[in-house]
This record gives sequence, structure tokens and C-alpha cells, in this order.
Amino acid sequence: MTRSLNRLMPVFATTAVFLAGFVLCSLAYPNFASLRVVMNLLTDNAFLGIVAVGMTFVIISGGIDLSVGSVIGFTTVFLALAIERWGVPPLAAFAIILIICAAFGAAMGAVIQYFELPPFIVTLAGMFLARGVSFLMSTESIPVDAALYSHLSDYAIRLSGGARLTVPAMIMLAVVGAGMVLLHLTRFGANVYALGGSRTATALMGINVARTTVLIYTLSSVLAGLSGIVFSLYTSSGYSLSAVGVELDAIAAVVIGGTLLSGGYGFVFGSFLGVLIQGLIQTYISFDGTLSSWWAKIATGLLLFAFIAFQQITLYMARRSRLRPAGVAQGVLQP
Amino acid sequence: MALRLPRIGTSQVAALVLILAANWMVSPQFFDIRMQDGRLFGSLIDVLNRGAPVALLSLGMVLVIAMRGIDLSVGAVMAICGAIAASLADSHSLPVVLAAALGAGLACGLWNGLLVAVLGIQPIVATLILMVAGRGIAQLITEGRIVTFTSPELAFLGSGSVLGLPTPVVLTLGMLALTLLVVRGTALGLMIEATGGNPRASALAGVGTRVITVAVYMWSGLCAALAGIVAAADILGADANNAGLWLELDAILAVVIGGTSLFGGRFSVILAVVGALIIQAMNTGILLSGFPPETNLVVKALVVLAVLLAQSPRLGGFLAGLGVLFGRRP
Amino acid sequence: MPNDDSILLSLTGFSKAFAGFVALDHVDFTLRRGEIHALLGENGAGKSTLIKTMTGVVARDAGTMRLDGVEIAPRSAAEATRMGIATVYQEVNLAPNLSVAQNLFLGRQPTRLGLVREREMRRRAEDLLAGFGLSIDVAAPLESYSVAIQHIVAIARAVDQSARVLILDEPTASLDAHEVEVLFGVMRQLAARGIGIVFVTHFLDQVYAICDRITVLRNGRLAGSAPVAELPRLDLVRMMLGRELSAATAQRPPRAPATDAAPLAAFESFGKAGTVAPFDLTLRPGHVVGLAGLLGSGRTETVRLVFGADRADCGRAEVGGQAVVIASPREAMRLGFGYCPEERKTEGIVAELTVRENIVLALQARRGAMHPLSRREQDEIAAKFIRLLDIRPPDPERPIGLLSGGNQQKALLARWLATAPRLLILDEPTRGIDVGAHAEIIGLIRDLCAEGMALLVVSSELEEIVTYADEVIVLRDRAHVAQLTGEAISVPAILAAIAEAPADAA
Repeated sequence: MTRSLNRLMPVFATTAVFLAGFVLCSLAYPNFASLRVVMNLLTDNAFLGIVAVGMTFVIISGGIDLSVGSVIGFTTVFLALAIERWGVPPLAAFAIILIICAAFGAAMGAVIQYFELPPFIVTLAGMFLARGVSFLMSTESIPVDAALYSHLSDYAIRLSGGARLTVPAMIMLAVVGAGMVLLHLTRFGANVYALGGSRTATALMGINVARTTVLIYTLSSVLAGLSGIVFSLYTSSGYSLSAVGVELDAIAAVVIGGTLLSGGYGFVFGSFLGVLIQGLIQTYISFDGTLSSWWAKIATGLLLFAFIAFQQITLYMARRSRLRPAGVAQGVLQP
Repeated sequence: MALRLPRIGTSQVAALVLILAANWMVSPQFFDIRMQDGRLFGSLIDVLNRGAPVALLSLGMVLVIAMRGIDLSVGAVMAICGAIAASLADSHSLPVVLAAALGAGLACGLWNGLLVAVLGIQPIVATLILMVAGRGIAQLITEGRIVTFTSPELAFLGSGSVLGLPTPVVLTLGMLALTLLVVRGTALGLMIEATGGNPRASALAGVGTRVITVAVYMWSGLCAALAGIVAAADILGADANNAGLWLELDAILAVVIGGTSLFGGRFSVILAVVGALIIQAMNTGILLSGFPPETNLVVKALVVLAVLLAQSPRLGGFLAGLGVLFGRRP
Repeated sequence: MPNDDSILLSLTGFSKAFAGFVALDHVDFTLRRGEIHALLGENGAGKSTLIKTMTGVVARDAGTMRLDGVEIAPRSAAEATRMGIATVYQEVNLAPNLSVAQNLFLGRQPTRLGLVREREMRRRAEDLLAGFGLSIDVAAPLESYSVAIQHIVAIARAVDQSARVLILDEPTASLDAHEVEVLFGVMRQLAARGIGIVFVTHFLDQVYAICDRITVLRNGRLAGSAPVAELPRLDLVRMMLGRELSAATAQRPPRAPATDAAPLAAFESFGKAGTVAPFDLTLRPGHVVGLAGLLGSGRTETVRLVFGADRADCGRAEVGGQAVVIASPREAMRLGFGYCPEERKTEGIVAELTVRENIVLALQARRGAMHPLSRREQDEIAAKFIRLLDIRPPDPERPIGLLSGGNQQKALLARWLATAPRLLILDEPTRGIDVGAHAEIIGLIRDLCAEGMALLVVSSELEEIVTYADEVIVLRDRAHVAQLTGEAISVPAILAAIAEAPADAA
């Protein structure tokens, strides 16, 4: 059993960091420890949480997706234009944008797979493309006044103490839940891990590597699109410059959540905690009032370094113990 | 593995000429250069001047990529060094300002190099740390404000001119010459290409791959620092939020356009600079032709894709196959 | 024979050439039901090409293949597995990060409503492994287990996918004696079920311990195939290494003994745990020491320790009478050592650099980056060695990857000769190169020796070793087991030393 627990170590570390952070904040500001603050944390970081789930799949498979921030921006602009200018019903616009995003992700996955190019540069091109197209569609911020938007942003499940579980938060929680099921409980999820463990071995085991790769990037782009929908609901507008740099926040959340950037290991729940930790830092800074926003970036960088160094040391130790002279057969052999 | 004969960069130069010609078609005054107050003006000079920061970054990036690495932090390092230069400019002499800013750049490079060479972290991951934290550090230095300065000495580096050429262009040419001297005047260039081409063989041939890795990231940090100083000097201030934003991507693009493979090995410093000029010439051309500047990103995306597909081992094999089919020896 | 019911798999006339180099030349191979069949041969003999063509990883140029009398032609490893031919490689081809159970059932996990039935999968995994005498936590990641267990898991996966032919490619290379016994138990059990096993190994003891039949490949051809009982060790080793012995023995020219020269380098109890057992080695100017032994016997490991490519963890080294620590190739170079590795492509050449750049690389590295050789000096060095070693085409500016294997090898020799080494280490200097270049390189070794250079040469070409070596050290099972000097050096003597069964195994 201990072997299985070992694998969960990084997530425990992330949980500990989050809880410690929360306790520290609560000690500093007595009204911090409230359901209301927690719910706001969920609402404010909903869009980031959704993309981080997709990014978790990509990174576990050994890839990276730099295009997600631009896809969010593109989605908000597309929705604003479709609903406000072209008169498309909001729900239909949602469906259309998700299909566009799926096609976009599938195309990136196909290029990565069939031309054997590094994911980082292909998704970089995707990032330019999505941001460029949204600039071309509109450079202004377009407000969205659709009735559905105000309904959705007013709707919330009221909890005690004035806390509200909003629609964006609900969507994020649902995505996190679904992501956990998909990654940990399905054949597709196992294939994602296998790809990150060894691409050639996965192919030799008869898994369709091409199909899995295309699906992974499709999933990431669709979730970026969904995140864009949430962002658009949250801000009630569409703006081509929105969500600049979100890809970095998402990658940071995934790494802080205990996922190995070289692939093969990680958990959706860890990424969720990673998002909450970043949110916690932001909230702390806004509670403090005197601290400046840049501390968030520095703190994120420090956390990133700490987790990457931690991973590197763990890998090193694991490699050392495996290189020990043969003879220490683990497990029970019964010849 | 695709083996290429030594490149002379015909395609890059042809692309640059083609883009410049296109610019001339949409704007007949494109090649007009006039002298005013002892300084040259004109669209062509503008391309050189505005292309300077990316060209500077590409000088470091090309060496990093030749070593099979990547440096995502150069934009953030630009912001840090610009912030340092701007905050010190009015209280210290120029040599002190420059030493502080360039020293900061070298320190950032050292950090990246140690993470990659000593801790063995993949370059993309190692430099991501500084990419995220660096901008925060820059904002810490400027305290979140846009720091302005009046020092004419520093301003000269951004908007002055030497022998009629804008200072950034002169600095870039100087740095280009220095880089060429460092890599081609010594045996470093050979060792970088050998290590990027086959790290194991190079280590067995006695090449000190670790030291060279650290040195190359430090050079990248130095180039980024200079680019940051030029950018700050140009606008008489430092904007920690926007200085160098996304320029790491342009620098990578310039290197890739310059024909250096993302998989390491052979590199060309001059062609990387040509790559930077190609990017800037496209930017300028799009502006001149009256297209919205936003078209830029879309065009860039298509260029990245085209260059990548041309470099792709798959496509290379495919084309070689075609060549054989049509009776041409590959 | 074709109507023999016991035949499970038969290959006839398998041929494969890569860019003009013939890797397999009309090889026949027959595997019977319930048979454990050793496939032996040195590096480059064609074992891996045979396996790859058999499993569809590489397309064969000619030949037919019948499984249970039905002609088949798999086009990929996955297809071969579906047809019933499974391969387990030395580097276990499973996902190390997945749990044992996931590895066993990846792509065919039991599901309900699209969800993997984790508990059911674990139960089946436990049952499956219990059949192999293995009782482990199947939820733990595969990499947390020893290589032996990983191999058994890979075998279990293959067998559970109804494999009828199981190819084990050097499964025992990194196992200890106990683990090998466990694996053998599994193999015997599978053979008893009627599965045919192709066993690739370079440990002769293991061949005699478990196999029913042996097939030997040499230089892409079938060197012979016989039941184990009819092929004594000496004959087997001769089949693997030997040519026409009569022709070879005549080649040793009389040589003046040079043992009186002061040693250049001496190694005492030098070794590294798990790599090569502690050994003594003395190298003298003008003296050639040959290392002979089968693949995997510790030859390459020995020379890597001497050159500092791997770090020894015991013993002492002396160069010129001074105690030294050789911790890296750079330090070995400073002592005047040079090393041409066996793996030319991955450890030798930098393919996209020119012949000139490849030749000057080591000399330049020793001088340091700040003391560059001028272009003129580089041109002179390159021209000199191209002429001296007759490198073709004689174009210093051609990327070295475009040269033939023999010419690449000569350029690598030039790389080290340019540093004027006191000791030159050559690992399989004549591997994979044409006959003409063979003779030239052997001539060169003699010349260098005459000039007073110390040489340490690894080779599986025994006829060649006897023509130039002043001393031959024979290795077996990662240990130096015999030393032959002067007149005692002969192909039969080396073969006998290689084939000798260890005392404890007799």
C-alpha cells in the first residue's frame, strides 16, 4: 500500500501548502476564514480552474499547450460578436464556439502527431493565430447584454453567511469532477498517463497514439473554450486582450498541483488546489491592501521553483535507488 | 536524421528581399532615406531600429537553441534590466547604470544555466520559472509604477544616433560583431554545434558541456539585458508590465526563421538577425499596407507553421522521397 | 520436416538490407511447440534485425513466415501481437509510471459504462500474476519493482493476449542469479503449456541451463542450428566468433616481446559494482592489449572505466608512476588517453558537422575554447589525416554523416591521433565496416604500436586480435578471467577461455 501512497505525495504537499496558507491568512485577518471568502475564491478563479484541468491532461501526456489564453480571448470576442452583432441565440453561440475550439485543438494535435514537431512551438503558433484572429474580429471591448447573461450571473445557490455558489463556480466544480473521472477512471485516462510514461512503449502495447494525442489537444482547447464562456459570463463582455498570460497561470497551477512537467504523473485535483493557492495569494494581497500585486507573481515563481526542485530531487532519489546493485528484488518472489 | 549541406542563407535573404520589395510596392517611399539633424530617417531605418530589441534577443537565443535548449525568460529579463536602468538613471552615472543592468542580466542567465546544467531540469521548465517570477521582480523594482527618467546619457542609447544610424542599430551591430567574435573567433561555436548535434559524443571527446551550457544562458541573459536597456532608453522609462512582453516568442521565431533547428546543432548568428529583420519588415509592411496591425499575429502564426513544416523530419523525408522519384539525387 | 506437426513457427529465406548493407542474408529459422530456442550472435550478427523483421517492426526484403502452417506477414508489432507473436525487450516496453494492473490490461481494461472496473482489473491482475508465482501489490506503479518483476509482468501481458510465440530479447542482462532462476521457472512453465520461446542472451551458461535448441547468426547469415546436447561450448563459441581457424592461426607474425618497457598506466583492483568486477591491467608503450569476450562480458565497461566515461568505485590507477583519479573523459585526455567508442553514431560522430570539424574536436577540446585552432591549422590537420588514413571522399567539408561507416571510423581515429595520445583505446574498431577498411585499420594499429603508442583494443574478431595483440585478456560474465601473452595467444586458446564453464556452474 505504501507504494500507492508515495504517488500521492505531491498532492499531499500541495494540500498542506493550501491549508497552511489558508490558516496563515485566517490568523492575519479574522474575517478571512469564512465560507464567503471560499466561495469568492471559487468564482474568481473558475475560468482558470477549467483550463487547468485541460492543461493537466496535456502535461501528463508529456506535452504543453500555450494557446489556451488566446483561445479564451478568442471565445469572449466571438461570443460578444455572435450574440450582440449577428443575433445568434447565446446557447447556440456557446455550441458553435465549442465546436470551433474542438476543431482548433484537433488540428494542433494532428500537426504535433503527424509532423513530429515539439508541442510547445506548435501551440505557440496556435496562440498567435487565436489571438490574431480575435484582434482582427474586434479590438474593442464589446459588452454583452443578453438576458441569459444577466440571468446566469444573478443565479446562485445561497449558502449561509451571505456566501453564494455562482454559476461559474458550479461549472468549474463540475469540470474538475468530470476531469477526475475521465483521467483516473477511464481507458482514455490510462492512455494519457501511458503516453507520458513512454510514447514508444504505448505504441508497442497497441494503443492508438495518434488518436489519443489528437483527443488530448482537442480536450484542452474545448475546455479553454468553456473557460472563455465562463469568462464572458463573469465579465459580461468580449475583449480580444482578455486572458493574456493565462496559459502561464494554468501551467503554474498544474505544476504546483504536483504534476510532473515532463509528463507521466499528476492529478486533476492537484491542479484544482494549485489554482486555489494562486487565488489565495491574490486574495491575501487584496485583504492586505498595502502589498502590491507583483508579489503574486514572485510568490508563484517561488512556489514553481520549490515544486520543480522537489520533483527533481524525488526523481534523482528514485533513479539512485533503482541503480542500486541488483539483488534487492522487491516484491515477493516465489520460485 | 536530416543532413544539410552548409547553408549560405539564400532562402532567408531572399525572403527578406521579397518582403522589402512587397513593402516598396505598397509604399513607394519605402526605400527613401533622408538625412535630418545628422541622423538618417526613413522606413528602412525604422525597420532596423525597431527590429533591434528582437535582434539583440536572438543573438543569445540562437546559441541557447543550438545547444538544444530554450530560454523563455528573456522577455522578463528585459523587464528587470530595463527597470534597473530606469530607476538608477537619474541618480547614478551611466557606467554604474549599465554595469548594474548588465550584471542583473548575467545573474539571471547564471540562474537559468545552473538549473539546466547542474540540476538537470529541462530548459523549457527551468526558464519558465524566471519567465513567471521575473516580471514580478521587475514590478518590485519599479514598485508597480512606470518609472521615468531624464538622463540624456541613457536616453541616447535609445533615441540618439551614431554616424547617422540610430544608437539601437549601432548597439545591435556591435553586439552582433561581439557575438561573432566570441563564438567564431574562439572554438566556442564549434563546441556549441558539436554539443547540440551530439551531446554524448561531445562529452566523450572532452568538450566541457556543462560550463558551455551555463555560459550560453549567461550570454542570453546579457543580450536580454542590453535589449531591456535599449527599450527603456527609447521610451525614457520602464514599464515592468509590458517591456519585452512576448518578445521571447519573437526571438525564438527569429532563430527558427534563421534556419537553426529547434533540435540543436548547426546555427547561424547572422541569419538569426536576418530572421529578426524579416519579422520586423513584416510588421512594418503590414502597417504600411493599411491592414490593421492586428493582422501581424496571424501572419506570424502562419510563418511559424510554414517554417516548422519545412524543418519537420517527416516533411523532409517526404520531399526527399519526391526528389528521388523525379530522378534528383538527394 | 515441413509436415512436422510440432513446428510452430518457420521462417525461410529471410533477407534484409539497409542502404546497401546486408543485415540478413537468407536466414532460415524454425521454432517448435514448447521449445526454448536460443538465438545467439555477436553485435551486428543480425539477431535484432531478425526479430524486427519477424515482428513486422521492419519490413523484410524477402522470405516467408508460417505460424502454425499459415503464412503470415505482420506489418507492425501490434499486429504481430494480435497474430500471437509477442516480444519482451530488455528495456521493458511498458509504461513505468502506470500501475502493474494498468500495464497488464492497458487498452483492454474491463469497463462498465465506460468506466474502468478498477477492482475487477486488480483481481484479474492478481490472478494472472499468481499463475507466474508472483504475489505483489498490483496497484503500485510498475517502476517501483525490480527489472525481473517488470519482465514477468511484460511476459504475463503477452501471454494473456494469447501469445503462441514469445520472443525474449536479452531479458536477463540486468538480473541477478536468483531473479534469473525465477524467470527461468516462468519460461519452463510457459514452454510446458506449448508456447514456443525465442531466447536472446549472451550468457552461455544460461543457454545450457534452459534451452533446447540453439541457432547462431554471424554477419547476417545462419552460422548453424543444433539441439543443445549436440553443440558443446567450444563448438558454440567457435560458431559465434570463429572463421576458418586454419587461415587465422597462420597470421600471427613473430614479435619481439616488449614486456620490459616501463608501464605507461597501471590499474589495480579497478572496478565498479554491477558493471565489471575489479581487475588489474598494465599498459605499456608500444604494446597492444586486446580485450576478448562475448558481448556483455564487460569489455566496453572496462574501457569506459579506464577512460573515465564511467567512474570506478574501487581500485587504484597510476599513470607514469603517479597515482591519479580519472573522474571524467576530460581528465583522461589530460593524461594523454584517447577513446574511440563502439557506438559510432550515438557516441562517436557529430553527424551534421564536417569531417574537418569532427577531426579537430578532441584536440580543440583539450586546448580549450579560448585557444582556437586557426582555420589554416584545422585545414592542415584534416588534410594530413585524410591523406594518411585515406579517408574517402577526401573532402574535409563534407558532413561526416554522409560518409561510409569505415570512413567515419577512420575520421574518429584521426580525431584522437590528432591529439597525439600516449594511450589509445579502440572499442570494436572494425565493426560494421567493409573488408578493405578492416585491413587498413589493422595495419594502422600495428604502425601506431611500432611508434610507441600504448593500445587497448576491444574486438570480437579474434583472428584480428591475435595478429596484433601482445597480450589478450579474456572476459566472461563481467570479470577478467584469463590472461594470455606472447606465444600463448591463439584463436583456439581464446575460444577455450571464453567457453570454459565457471567452476561453480559445472
